[in-house]
Amino acid sequence: MTETLLEIDHLSVDYETGRGDLKALRDITFDVNKGEIVGIVGESGCGKSTLISSILRLTAPNTRFREGEIRFKGQDLLQASERHMRDLRGADMSIVFQDPMQTHNPVLTIGQQMLDIQHRSKQSKADKLAHAAKMLGAVGIPDPEARLKQYPHEFSGGMRQRIAIAMALMSEPDLLIADEPTTALDATLEVQIIERLQELQREFHCAILFISHHLGVIAELCDRVVVMYAGAVVESGDVREIFHDPKHPYTRRLIECDPGHIKERARVLPTIPGEVPDLANLPEGCIFRDRCDQAMSRCATEVPPLDQLKEGHHAACWLNHEEVTT
Amino acid sequence: MEKSRSELGQIVVGVARDPLGLMGLIIVGVIVFCAIFAYWIVPYDPIAMDIKSRLQGPSAAHLLGTDQLGRDTFSRVIAGGQVALKVALPAVFGAMAIGLTLGMIAGYGPKWLDNLLMLFFDTIRSFPTVMFALAVVALIGPSLQTVVFVVMATSIPTYGRVARTQTLTLRNSEFILAERSMGASMARILGVHMLPNIIGVLAVLAAMDIPTVIALEAGLSFLGLGVKPPTPSWGALLKDGYSLIRQTPWLVVGGGLPIILATLGFTFLGESLRDVVDPKLRKQR
Repeated sequence: MTETLLEIDHLSVDYETGRGDLKALRDITFDVNKGEIVGIVGESGCGKSTLISSILRLTAPNTRFREGEIRFKGQDLLQASERHMRDLRGADMSIVFQDPMQTHNPVLTIGQQMLDIQHRSKQSKADKLAHAAKMLGAVGIPDPEARLKQYPHEFSGGMRQRIAIAMALMSEPDLLIADEPTTALDATLEVQIIERLQELQREFHCAILFISHHLGVIAELCDRVVVMYAGAVVESGDVREIFHDPKHPYTRRLIECDPGHIKERARVLPTIPGEVPDLANLPEGCIFRDRCDQAMSRCATEVPPLDQLKEGHHAACWLNHEEVTT
Repeated sequence: MEKSRSELGQIVVGVARDPLGLMGLIIVGVIVFCAIFAYWIVPYDPIAMDIKSRLQGPSAAHLLGTDQLGRDTFSRVIAGGQVALKVALPAVFGAMAIGLTLGMIAGYGPKWLDNLLMLFFDTIRSFPTVMFALAVVALIGPSLQTVVFVVMATSIPTYGRVARTQTLTLRNSEFILAERSMGASMARILGVHMLPNIIGVLAVLAAMDIPTVIALEAGLSFLGLGVKPPTPSWGALLKDGYSLIRQTPWLVVGGGLPIILATLGFTFLGESLRDVVDPKLRKQR
């Protein structure tokens, strides 16, 4: 009944650096179904951006795909030709970036830019402009025809992000990647953008891969969530499951640190002590061990596998095994 | 289209508000006007000799006197302006077009191509212009086309380097990444998205480069490497005046003054244009 759109299958990606290979992504596995909203959470530097650029194949020159596949509609994108990738981008998959102040060409009007991204379409210029105006209307820009003649700097940050969403949805893609689209915006705008995304998702039936470090937004918007830590998936599953019954200490600590979850007034906001391990020299055992308050001797030597605990709920922690054995 | 016209209008108004810019605009306007309508302005044929009235001072008949062959200096100055622009405009715009193309390719293309083009630019730049001109003239002989070629070839690296730097800064900007993620091809990114971001800087550079080129043409003609006599050129006038300075000072005035005026005019215009076009530079001043 549900059809898989994007499958990330045991993907490992390295960056070649002067200090040796930086293992940015290790053995990432998860799926995105058609019309589903999947959230990816994790601290900065956990490999979220590497993952997105790998899906779009817009990676830095020193990127090396070591293992695994990224299958989009059954086809492995890592083997696809550059030409084929270009045909997919902006047509079957598109992206909304983090900073709306930088995603538009400053010297072209919004209309010119929206015309340009329809370069594949054989429609007349007037039809394309009408389509652009319709899309601006759909994301809630008032008076879209007049706004098409304006330059990016004449719009506020929230409006620009809505324009970016309109541009990304213009070709009615099957997959929309949203790379922290609300991080650069203030809280009220964030709510507006999220609501708008939900409406548009219902209208266009596209799958959304929503990257954020804001748990509240993920809980609000997503069906499923993937928790990443230091380039690996530590937990994944249904959004409710994860938030009510997290099975990995990292997920639990993340939820505890979310300001929305803090009930009592505290002098110091809770944090997770310690730092993300050096990805060029990975420690043995569990990658979260140094920062985990429940670490055991086993964690120091053996890497916990990503096990299925329940239908659709996976976590990589020895604690879950402990419950079974003792 | 309507929008760009009003933008051009804004730029002209901005330049005219600046006193130096206005002065530059007037001087350049007069020079261009004289060059275009030279045929109707000149009182005498600039290459017609009149040996009887040679080396005269200014008079009602000859505003700036005559040279050693009795040619009217004023007519030669006006016609010389035409020659100066005939050299400067094609050379500057040709160099800009070629430099822009090569520079953008160097900035956006693969590393080896960038290195190759930079080697090419640096090779050209390492020749002193006058030496290069001497070599070219020795090979294909002095003419208007030779001067245009020499000037163009030696200014390509300037434009190429600026275009390359601009492209390098832009290629990693987020909006270019956004365009790539929308499936834009390399040609589309360079032509539609990078070019409008770069062209303004290069246009200002070109405006500032025109006086250099005019002076260069005059210099080459002064050395006898420029346009062939009897074609009137400001440099050639200066050269004649220099050797005849004991007989009459008016030839030097006739050759030198327009060079100074043209250089000043275009420089004022270029600087003012730079301030109007680039708000970042205006803030720094």
